[in-house]
Amino acid sequence: MNVILNVFTVLAISAGAFFFLAGTVGLLRFPDTLTRLHALTKADNLGLGLIILGLLPLTSGPIQAMKLIGVWLLVQLSGAIVMQLIAQAIRRGGLRE
Amino acid sequence: MTVSLAFDIGLAGLILAIGSWTVFARNAQAAVIGFVAYGLLLAIMWVRLSAVDVALTEAAIGSGMTGMLLLGAVARVRPADGHAVLVNLPGRIVTGLLCGMISAGLAIASLSPPETIRTLAPAVMENLSQSGLGNPVAGVLFVYRALDTLLEKVVVVLALLGIWSLAPDRAWGGIPGLRIYVQPSSTLTLLAQVLPPVGIVVAIYMCWVGAKLPGGAFQGGAVLAAMWLLATIAGLQNLPSIDQFWLRFLLVIGPALFLAVGLAGFVLANAFLAYPDGYAKPLIVVIEVSLTLSIGVALGMLGAGPPERSQR
Repeated sequence: MNVILNVFTVLAISAGAFFFLAGTVGLLRFPDTLTRLHALTKADNLGLGLIILGLLPLTSGPIQAMKLIGVWLLVQLSGAIVMQLIAQAIRRGGLRE
Repeated sequence: MTVSLAFDIGLAGLILAIGSWTVFARNAQAAVIGFVAYGLLLAIMWVRLSAVDVALTEAAIGSGMTGMLLLGAVARVRPADGHAVLVNLPGRIVTGLLCGMISAGLAIASLSPPETIRTLAPAVMENLSQSGLGNPVAGVLFVYRALDTLLEKVVVVLALLGIWSLAPDRAWGGIPGLRIYVQPSSTLTLLAQVLPPVGIVVAIYMCWVGAKLPGGAFQGGAVLAAMWLLATIAGLQNLPSIDQFWLRFLLVIGPALFLAVGLAGFVLANAFLAYPDGYAKPLIVVIEVSLTLSIGVALGMLGAGPPERSQR
């Protein structure tokens, strides 16, 4: 059981790290701000979500696990809304590079 | 080479790189954003050094709050045409020299420690139970170095007075001129409605848990201030004018109560800032709660800036 959980942790965290890497590459390589925002949201949502999913078996109890999930939900909320605000600002005012 | 050592070296390199980038950036706004990233990385470094209390404060105050104040300052000094104000050459040289002297002084102080550093950590851990606290950091802050902690809170209020004194005469006692981004049915409104209830619970938790785990008045107060500013920026709530009695009362209640308990220590425990036997924990909790409120209000008003509109 323990081995299965450890394999699960390693797989989930690796997948999460991959999304962060992909998000960073996108941030550096994509041509304009809207597509760069798109790349960043993937890192935030999926990357952090997978890393927290992988960390869940390592927590000492349900309270700690719920705190981790709470962190993920808060990052989702603020991340999604801040991206919206940046995108709105670009749409309204144009963008000075 | 272990993985954690490689991580630490990479992190230290990244911090140095972002630090130098912040110094050399041509654009003040970019430098501030670099400074915020620098603060967040520094917080991770504090966690690596097992100083979680410091990490929380660094992330909340050093990076978040200071970053916001600096961004405000950048916006304030930037003229309307978008060109940076050029300081003349002697001015820049003097500034550079002064900054260099401060850096050199800090570097000398930290690179040449005394031969043997006598750590007081075992003594703190031995006597911690007397205070009823479980977090050694809180024990040091409120019992052994209470005077430092008291002065630290007074400094925050003094900083706010410094900002308020920038107000023009006609606006004195008026409403701080924080720019409000009112966009009907904006996503910002949603965030400002959803997040504060969560944030207030987190702030209370941080303040309460500070007695036995990392957390405390500064961290809780910073979260409170952030929630207040968020609701204000979204236009859901109006800033008070700075001559409101309740505002000034909340600002000083924390330091004043701390000072009162300290003075009472002369009579009850034979020393300034000493707690009477058996009452240490409840007194510290009362002080910490009032300090959290004071710091929250002070940081919020710091972020709101000097008063600009006179009261209607």
